[in-house]
Amino acid sequence: MKNLSLIIKREFNSRVRNKSFIVMTILSPLIIVAMIFLVVFLSNLNREETRTVGVLDESGLFLATLEETEVLRFQFLNEADLEAAKKISQQSNYHGLLYIPGAETLEELDRRIQFFVEGSPNISTVQYIERSLSNKLTNMRLENAGVDISSIEASRSQIDIKIENYEGQQTSIMSSWIKAIFGGAAGYLLMMFIIIYGNMVMRSVIEEKTNRIIEIIISSVKPYHLMMGKIIGTTLAGVTQFLIWVVLGGIFMLIATTVFGVQMDPSTMANQETMEQANTSGMQAVLMDIARLPIGTLIVSFLIFFIGGYFLYSSIYAAIGAAVDNETDTQQFMFPIIIPLMLAMYVGFFAVIENPHGTVSVVFSHIPLTSPIVMLMRIPFGVPWWEILISMLLLFATFALVVWFAAKIYRVGILMYGKKPTYKELYKWLKY
Amino acid sequence: MNNILVAESVSKNYGNFRALNDISIQVPKGSIFGLLGPNGAGKTTFIRIINQITMPDTGQVFLDNEPLHPSHVQYIGYLPEERGLYKSMKVGEQALYLAQLKGLTKKQAKERLKYWFERLEITGWWDKKIEELSKGMAQKVQFIVTVLHQPKLLIFDEPFSGFDPVNANLIKDEILELQNQGATIIFSTHRMESVEELCDHIALINQANKVLDGKLTDIKRSYKSNTYEIGLIPDNDEALKNELSQKFSIAPAEFKSIEDELKLRIKINPGDSPNDLISYLTTKAQINHFVEVIPSVNDIFIQTVSKK
Repeated sequence: MKNLSLIIKREFNSRVRNKSFIVMTILSPLIIVAMIFLVVFLSNLNREETRTVGVLDESGLFLATLEETEVLRFQFLNEADLEAAKKISQQSNYHGLLYIPGAETLEELDRRIQFFVEGSPNISTVQYIERSLSNKLTNMRLENAGVDISSIEASRSQIDIKIENYEGQQTSIMSSWIKAIFGGAAGYLLMMFIIIYGNMVMRSVIEEKTNRIIEIIISSVKPYHLMMGKIIGTTLAGVTQFLIWVVLGGIFMLIATTVFGVQMDPSTMANQETMEQANTSGMQAVLMDIARLPIGTLIVSFLIFFIGGYFLYSSIYAAIGAAVDNETDTQQFMFPIIIPLMLAMYVGFFAVIENPHGTVSVVFSHIPLTSPIVMLMRIPFGVPWWEILISMLLLFATFALVVWFAAKIYRVGILMYGKKPTYKELYKWLKY
Repeated sequence: MNNILVAESVSKNYGNFRALNDISIQVPKGSIFGLLGPNGAGKTTFIRIINQITMPDTGQVFLDNEPLHPSHVQYIGYLPEERGLYKSMKVGEQALYLAQLKGLTKKQAKERLKYWFERLEITGWWDKKIEELSKGMAQKVQFIVTVLHQPKLLIFDEPFSGFDPVNANLIKDEILELQNQGATIIFSTHRMESVEELCDHIALINQANKVLDGKLTDIKRSYKSNTYEIGLIPDNDEALKNELSQKFSIAPAEFKSIEDELKLRIKINPGDSPNDLISYLTTKAQINHFVEVIPSVNDIFIQTVSKK
């Protein structure tokens, strides 16, 4: 036991003191924040650009219909014919030319309206124009049929479904997205952690093999202890990194909420409903939704699922590292690791976000190789505690089984040099 | 006799390959025991069994009359043939780590490391990384790590490979010093001259079987063939040769000398005394050189291995 803790300590230190660990830990939250700002900045930049569309309306029906918006201007070119109008549009660098020919009937008009453009048009512009024109045409037809437009306008009703969960907290479509984003981020982060830290374990096993220190060490400690020490030490380094990120993230949230002035206290939250409805800025709503997420459960589950999932995968990684002599030989054994991880990500992004408590999501959140990622993605949507518990128990039980096999391969592999093993040989090692 | 290590009928298979076949060996306390054998004979497997890196399929190994137990690792120091250290770890830190794995406390380890670093004149290396050291320098660190916990039984697998002659000599002296202090040393090597120089007991393993073992002097005695190397200055070379060839079996011999003499190898019958040969020869010629031919370990090794 003393040896195990010595090994854990050494592995932990050698990870944490590594320069790339320090850089990764400090830099990546900064990079993420910078990315968010960049995305926001760029999309604002995009929105500010105004487009001018030339309009040649030979029917003369739509002059008042096309309302200008913040980003869209219309330039009517009624004196010209089509060819001249095209030329003018091109020369004046308009976004495009809308051509509405004169027509006998409204039906004829439906199909003959054209939009000329350099390259491909901006989709929202075309959609806006189509919407405006068809509204106008619909109204004209209704009028022709003798319907009173003003009474239709008056009877039009606006339904805005208020979504609340059973505990009475208000939710919205927006908050579903926020849950999906947080769950997805947690799942993705976990996958990255497994791959990055799993690779570390593998590399460190290979390093001990190529350094030839392995025989010296296992003449003092059991190979099983060495492997477990390596896995646990590296896990602790990962947990450390994650906790640092949580703290940094917490500080960032605190700054954000102070800047945008959101009341974080959950007891006052419910009373704020009326005020909220009246006057809620977008950013405030988002922050409110984030504050309502089961952040605590998410962090704790992340840690437990990270430890379980990481233990499971890294024992496979360790066995692979022991089986080969150098990193290039590991490729052939990577499939069994990458495929379940990828599967979990796809299930997470397609099944869980669509239906967090559907059969596919529930099943995959219990299968040990995919459960860490899929369950994490489900947790923001609210998963009963016993389901999480079952999933965790299955995960750790599988880990116990896998580590037993991995230890056997590890024990034989670390002393094997020179030969690139096949799956068949690995199977044989299990019986040594 | 008091044996520190006893192996009883140890066998080990890897799949269908038999690495060790019913090996029994006794290593006397305080001896330097040479474990010899050609490549792939099973030496390393046997050493790994002693170190409990692998388990024997059948048979048992006793250390100080107790069956091998995980706690015994602290009584054994092992310098494997394939050896290395963590490249990016500092010398001192690494030595402390390995010493603690062998059961020393940090304080003990530090004190002893200080002693050994001074003794091998490497005090300045404590904060250097292994990758900054040459291979021979790293070997010194490795040697220290092997002996630091003052093991009763030291196992060296090709200890001199990688050392220059000066350092090899230094290490050899250290090994002898450790023996003086009471340690038993198992020494696995191909280099027969160092076996000749250091070992008092040997065991020879070939193709998974033990083919020879015992006290080196006993083995040599059993391999000697009553042959003597003689340098003579007779009046007539050919006449004497003829005369001798009728009485003994003779062969030409090669050895260095300053005289131009008749060099012969004479084999006498078992039971005959060399004194009789000398008295006979004194009547025939002047004797410049008279040495009993003792088989070298190298000869015994090649003879035994190629016999199979």
